[in-house]
Parts: sequence; C-alpha cells; structure tokens
Amino acid sequence: MVSAAVDQHAETIGSGWAPGLTRVPYWVYQDQAVPGAEQKRIFEGPAWHYLCLEADIPNPGDYRTNVVGEMPVIVVRVEAGAVHAFENRCAHRGALIAFEDAGSVKEFTCAYHAWRYDLRGNLCSIAFQRGVGGKGGMPDSFRMQDHGPRKLRTETIGGLVFGTLATDAPALLDYLGPEIVTRIRRVLHKPVEVIGRFVQPLPNNWKLYAENVKDTYHASLLHLFFTTFRITRLSQAGGVTVSESGAHHASTTIARAETQDSVYRDQALRADSEFRLHDKSLLDAVDEFGDDIQLQILTVFPSFVLQQIHNCLAVRQIVPRGVDAMDLHWTYIGFADDTPAMRTRRLKQGNLVGPAGFVSMEDGCIGGFVQRGIAAAGDAQSVVEMGGATAESQPTRTTETSVRGFWQAYRAYMGL
Amino acid sequence: MDDGPATLFRLAALNSDYAACIDADRLEAWPDFFVDACLYKITTAENHRRGYQAGVIYADSRAMLRDRVAALREANIYERQTYRHIVGMPRIDPATGGPVTAGTVTGTVTGTGAAGTGAAGVISAETPFLVVRTMRDGHMDIFAAGRYLDRVVADVDGALRFAERVVVCDSPRFDTLLAIPL
Repeated sequence: MVSAAVDQHAETIGSGWAPGLTRVPYWVYQDQAVPGAEQKRIFEGPAWHYLCLEADIPNPGDYRTNVVGEMPVIVVRVEAGAVHAFENRCAHRGALIAFEDAGSVKEFTCAYHAWRYDLRGNLCSIAFQRGVGGKGGMPDSFRMQDHGPRKLRTETIGGLVFGTLATDAPALLDYLGPEIVTRIRRVLHKPVEVIGRFVQPLPNNWKLYAENVKDTYHASLLHLFFTTFRITRLSQAGGVTVSESGAHHASTTIARAETQDSVYRDQALRADSEFRLHDKSLLDAVDEFGDDIQLQILTVFPSFVLQQIHNCLAVRQIVPRGVDAMDLHWTYIGFADDTPAMRTRRLKQGNLVGPAGFVSMEDGCIGGFVQRGIAAAGDAQSVVEMGGATAESQPTRTTETSVRGFWQAYRAYMGL
Repeated sequence: MDDGPATLFRLAALNSDYAACIDADRLEAWPDFFVDACLYKITTAENHRRGYQAGVIYADSRAMLRDRVAALREANIYERQTYRHIVGMPRIDPATGGPVTAGTVTGTVTGTGAAGTGAAGVISAETPFLVVRTMRDGHMDIFAAGRYLDRVVADVDGALRFAERVVVCDSPRFDTLLAIPL
C-alpha cells in the first residue's frame, strides 16, 4: 500500500522535529525520502494546484500540459465553461498522451499504440482491439471504462484554473478562504492575456523558494533595488494576510511611505544607498486598481504565486525537480483591454522580475546559498521567529508569520 | 549595392567589439553600442514566435541600459561570473545594407522590430551567438544560444550603433539568474 509506505517514510523522516512553527530542520530540504512523500501527501493530496490560465485554453479542444509536483497533467477546455484535467499518462503502457506544451485537438491519441481519449480523459478506442484477421486483439473481458488516466477535479477563480486529485479536498473557495479570494479577485478582475513565458531553474529545494516568496522580512534587506527606489520599505504601510489554515498568504505594500524614515541608515544596513535611476520611466506606475496598493504578493499553498508589483503582473508556479532543484515557471500577463501605454508600462516594469529582474534575480540565487550553506547541517534547524511563534495575519511586514503559516500547512499535510 | 562586403565587415567588427566589451567586464561602455532611442530586449524563440512582447530584459532607451549596469554594479547581489560570447557571421537582410553614412539615424530607429523593413540607412541583420558562462568556482556551462535580430544605423558621429537588438534565446530556460547582458 502506498499510504503505508508514506506513513513509514513520515515516521522515519519526521523523527526529532519538535512541535511548533519556529524551527525548521534542514533535512527537510535534503532528505531523498521527502520528495516522494510530498508527492503523495501534498501534490496528490487534498490541496489545490495551479494548472493554467483560462486564457491559455479559450476554445473547446484547446489544451495545455503541466505538472502537479511530478505528475504530468493535461488541462483541456471541453466546452464553454467546462475545463477538465487528467493525468498525462496512457492507460496502456504509461506513455505521455500529449507531449507538446499546448495545442488544440478533437481528441487525444497516444503516440505509442494509438489508444485514444476524449477531451475528458476517457479511453474511447483501442487500435486493433478486435485483432487483425480474427487473430490477436484484446480479450473480450477488457472494458475500456475500467481504464484511463486519473482525473482531477478542476475549479477556477479569476481566470486561474486549479485542480486536485483528492475527492476529499474542500471546494476551492473554501480552501483559499475569503481573504485570499478577495485578494485574487482584486488583481484578476477582468480578462487577461499572456505577454511572455520564462523558466528559471533554481539550484535549491522548492520549499526554499516557497518560503522566500512568503518572507516579507527579507524583501527590503536583500533587494537593494526595492528599497532605494522606495517600491517597498518596511516602514511603508502594509501588512501580511495569512489564511486561517496558514497555507496561503498575501502581503501588501501601500504606496505612500508613512514617514521619511532613517531606520535603515541608523542600522547601517546595505539597503540604504544613494543609487538613482537615469530613466525613471521604469517606475512610471499608475494605480490601476484604485486602492493605493502598489505591491501585492500572494501565494496559494503549495506552489502558486500571483504577483502585482506596480503594473507588472505575473503568475509563478513552483515545480519541484528532486530534492535540490526546482523550476520556476513565469507567466507574465496583462489585461486584454490594456492601452498601448499600459502595455509598455508592464513591459518596462517587467525588468523588476524574472531571471534578470532587478529584484527577482537575487531570489534566484539566495535559495542556492541556503542549499549550499546547510550541506553539512541536516540535524540543525533554521530560526523562524520574527514576529512571534504563530501564523496569523499581522499589520506589519517585519515578520515571518506567513513563513510559519507555510510550515503549519506543510506539517499538517505531511503528517510530520 | 556593391559595398556589401564592407558593410558585412563593419557589422562583424561591431559584433566583436560588443562581445569583447561584455566579456571583458567593461559594462559601463556597453550602452554606447546603442543609439539613445533604442530597443534592447532578451526573449525566447517561443515568445518571439507567438508574438509575446515581454522580455527578461526590456529597455527602450540607452538610459535604461545605463541603469541596468548601475544596478549590477551597485545594487544587485549575485555570484561573480563571466561570459564568453562566440558570435557568428551576421546575415544581412538583402533589402537593407546599402551605404551607411553618418547621420542616417534620423527618424528611422523607433521601429517595432520587424527585421528588413528597408528604411534608408538601416541595416537589418541576424547573427547567431553562443554564450558560455564561467562561475566563480570555475564551473562552466552553455548559458545561452540564439540569435541577435538587429537594426543597425550609423549614428551622427558615423559609428554603427544598434537601434534595435532583440536577443532571441533558443531555450526558455535561464539558469538561476541573468545578471550580465547577452
């Protein structure tokens, strides 16, 4: 039994992790047994996973392929309003059913032996099922409806398609909770279109990136660019919303600085410099959501990020690649009704994010610094105590509350 | 035009100067390879094919290029690394590439990126490149391969400069980070 094996894993790998959210043992980023348990408990467990944008599959027959953890999936628009998803694995010999990133089809045919599936993932024909010339073929007892790839439940919010294998997962909106739902809809309030896709392979366990995105404490300390240009400083208004489960978060920064602060200079931190831009159009932002929130970073456990940095909008998907590597999938978006000026603004502000982002490039390397730093420290643990020991919403970003929220959810799903 | 070989030679020299500038870490001089109202973008073959506009770097002025260099020098944190550019022979669009003389930049450089539009004095060229990255610890890998889609003009001082350089990388993957320009 798979679940028994996972239980055994959990017992073995979880030993010695004291209860609580303020310490994280480093073996959780290193142990070779962890990814398999995560796949079963989280990625195939009762969590919801980002699959694609509705805008990726506008017409019946349009599909995209993706992965949920390690599991390859096909997401397909069957008809208006109906998005289906199923494991991208032929029921016959296990080959990928679709091997392109995207396409448009009437049905899916496995390349290996031409077994065919309808758009819902139902096996609907088998090549030479009755044999040739009365010889060969499948036995009469073989029933196609008993075979087929695993199907995911799908639900959408704000044009985002999420899926889960678990029949016992709560409804998506209940999973997210009302505050996160509001924060998603705040940004994704009208049709979007894709303006670019990039993949950023990172040399670290996926959880280090998941923590990094939730870590509001580091943003203005590691990222000099943010601080100097006052895109966000901890002394600006804003805060962190953590869902009741701890699993999801949204951090916000309000446009106006509360005071002309000297906090950074007083502590002689690297983050205060005299660096200024020659071309200020990079930060020529407009308050397009009408609420003065110039920055909102939102995560949906375990691996989805929605980013609004000024007018630069993107979704990011964290894809684990074994214990010490991951891919970060960036999809830059705009709204379908963007004016040319707004579109240009998004393109310029795109310099802040992605693999070459003035801000994000550091997030690219910092996880690797940790992965290398802890190489000999599997028995040691990190300290996650900024802002207390719990994982509730806080009216400050000088806190690690949403990082603790991640571990609260992680330990619950993993049974650790 | 009969000066094709001369134009080709000048383009090749421009490219080798450009590559040497980056590879020798003379990044402060890198923006000077562009006209003031330029377009420099790094994207992927897939984005380019689909008409997606975004780049991992997107700059529409020489000042933005200067800002990028300043950010690398003064703001951004990343491990020390160097590039080695291997740049192939420019392939000049035959509809362009006529005599290039000083001042032909006027009013022709704000194009949308369509190669080979044939505007007077604008050379459109496509040039393959390979970049090997060497990290601080000596680890080397092929960091990027692709093609430069260029629109080159003679600036008022007679020097060839890029009105547009769209760096189309063959792969969508950018390993860890892209700090130094391609």
